[in-house]
Amino acid sequence: MNRATALQVGTLARRSIVRTLRQPAMVVPALFFPLLLLAVNAGGLQRATDLPGFPADHYLDFVLAVCFVQGGLFAANSAGTNVANDIETGFLNRLSLTPLRKTALLMGQLAGVLALGLIQAVTFLVVGAIAGEGIHAGVAGALVIVALALLISLGFGSIGAFVALRTGSGEAVQGIFPLMFAALFLSSMALPRNLIETDWFREVATWNPVSYMLEGIRSLVITGWDGEALALGFACAGGVALIALVAAAAALRTQMVRT
Amino acid sequence: MSSSPAIETADLVREFKKGPRAVDGVDIQVAPGEVFGFLGPNGAGKSTTVHMLTTLLPPTSGSARVAGHDVVEEGTRVRAAIGAALQEAALDPFLTGREHMKLQTALHGLPREQRARRGDELLGRVGLTDAADRKVGGYSGGMKRRLDLALALVHGPRILFLDEPTTGLDVQSRSALWAEVQRLASDDGVTVFLTTQYLEEADQLADRIAIIDRGKIVAQGTPDDLKDEIGRPSVEVIPAEPADLARMKSVLARFGESVASPPKAAAVRLSGGDAQLADVVRALDAEGIRVQHLQLHAPTLDDVFLAKTGRHLEGAGDGAAVEDAEPDPVAA
Repeated sequence: MNRATALQVGTLARRSIVRTLRQPAMVVPALFFPLLLLAVNAGGLQRATDLPGFPADHYLDFVLAVCFVQGGLFAANSAGTNVANDIETGFLNRLSLTPLRKTALLMGQLAGVLALGLIQAVTFLVVGAIAGEGIHAGVAGALVIVALALLISLGFGSIGAFVALRTGSGEAVQGIFPLMFAALFLSSMALPRNLIETDWFREVATWNPVSYMLEGIRSLVITGWDGEALALGFACAGGVALIALVAAAAALRTQMVRT
Repeated sequence: MSSSPAIETADLVREFKKGPRAVDGVDIQVAPGEVFGFLGPNGAGKSTTVHMLTTLLPPTSGSARVAGHDVVEEGTRVRAAIGAALQEAALDPFLTGREHMKLQTALHGLPREQRARRGDELLGRVGLTDAADRKVGGYSGGMKRRLDLALALVHGPRILFLDEPTTGLDVQSRSALWAEVQRLASDDGVTVFLTTQYLEEADQLADRIAIIDRGKIVAQGTPDDLKDEIGRPSVEVIPAEPADLARMKSVLARFGESVASPPKAAAVRLSGGDAQLADVVRALDAEGIRVQHLQLHAPTLDDVFLAKTGRHLEGAGDGAAVEDAEPDPVAA
C-alpha cells in the first residue's frame, strides 16, 4: 500500500469509526442484545449441562461464544447500513469524484466495523470473566478470542457491505439480518454438535461454518488451547471474510462506475 | 487560460435499460470562464448529462471532453480538473462541517499543513465558520448546499458542475449561492456548468444557456439572444366583469396567438409587437369591456421554451416521457 492509499484508508477509517460511535442506535443494540441473549440462555438452559458429555459446568461459559458471533451479525447490519446510506445520499458519488482508490474505500468503511467489533469483544470478555469462570486459556487466549471475533466481524461486515453495494438499499441490508440469525440458530449455538439428537439439525450444524467459529472461541473459554478447534474457527471466519470481501470488492466496482 | 472549450460534447447519448434515451445527441460547447446554464424541466436529461461529464456515468455513444480530457478515456484527469455539487447535497449527517472539509482535503491529497487552512478558508467563504463544528444533520438546506459548494472547491477546480444547486432553498439562501457562483466565475475564472429548472436562475447567472427537453437541446445561446428570437411581447388582461372574459378573448385574438394565462385572465402574444398595445386598449374600450388589470410581458425564457417545445417550462417535467434517472451502473 503506497502512502496516498494509506492516507485514504486512514481518513475513511476515521470517518467510519466516528460515525459509528456517534450512532447510539447502532452501538447500544450491538452490545445489549448479545448480552441479553446470554443472560436468558445462561439462566434458562443451565440444566443442559447435566447432559452426559456436556463440555462445561456452567452454561454461561458454553454460550458466551454466541455473543461474539451475534456481535458479528450486528457488524453486518452496521457496515451494510452505512454503505447503503452512502449510496442513497450520494456520498459515494462525492467520494468517487476524488482520487480515492476503491480498495481504500472498502478498507476504510470496514474499519468502523472492526472498531465496533473491538468494543463488543472486550465488553463480552469482561462480562464473561466476571459472570462465568473466566477464560480457560488465560490472557493470551482472551487476545486470540478478540482476534477471532474481529475476523468474524470483518466477515459478516463484508457480507453487509456486499449486499449494500449490490443493491444500494438499506432495506435489503435489513432483509438479510434475519437470514444471518437463522444461520446462527442452525449452528452448535445451544448444544455441542455431538449432543444434537435431530439428524437434519446436526447435519446442518456440521456444514454450517458458524458452528466452527463458535467452537473456536468456545474452546478457549472452556477447555484451553485446542489447535484443531482454533484452526477450524479461524479458517471458517477467514474463509467467510475472504469470500465476502472479494464479493464486496466486485460489487463496489459495479456500484462505483466512474470512468 | 486555454482558448479550447472547457466542456465540449458531440452527439452525446445515454440510454438506460428498458427506457428511452435520457440524453439524446447533445452538442454543447462551454468556453473557459463562462457560466453555462443548462435549463430544463424535471426529467429532461440534465442530471444524466452532468453525471456523464463528471465521469460518474459512461455515455452510451458520442463523446465529451472536459478540461481538454476525454471523459471516458481520461476520467482521472477530468476528475482532477473539476468540482461538483450534485443534485442532493451528499453529506454525512454524523460529521461536522469541519470534519467534512478534513475528509475532502485529505482525499484530494492536499499536504497536511494546508488542509486545515484550506478547509477554514472555504468554510469562511461560504459563511459557515460559526457552524463548522456542528454536525451536518442539524444544518438547514441552505447551509448544506453551501457546505456542498465548499467541498467541491477544495482542490481548486477549473470547472465547477452545479446540479440544481438552489432547488428547495429559500430566497435568501438562493441569493447567497448566486452571489458566490458569480464571484467564482468573475474573480477566480472558474467555468461553471449549472443545471437548473428555474428560469430566473438561468437568466440571472448564465452567460449562455442551453435548453434541454426530453434529452435533446432545443435552444442554445445567450439569454438575450434566445429571448430576441421570440421577439414579441405578450399582453395579459383581466376584465373587471368576469362575464366579459369570453368576449375579451375574442377581441384579443385579433392581435395575436393566445398564450397561457391565469384562469380569470386572457393573454396573447402581440403579432405586431408592443406598438399594438394602444390598439388593444382601444379595441377593448370600443367593445365596452372594462379592464381591471392589463400587463405587458417582455419575452422570457419560458416563452422561448414554449416556442420550442409547445409547453411551459414549469410543470413540463410532469409525466415527461424521459426519466432523468439516477445512473444505473449495470445499464452501460
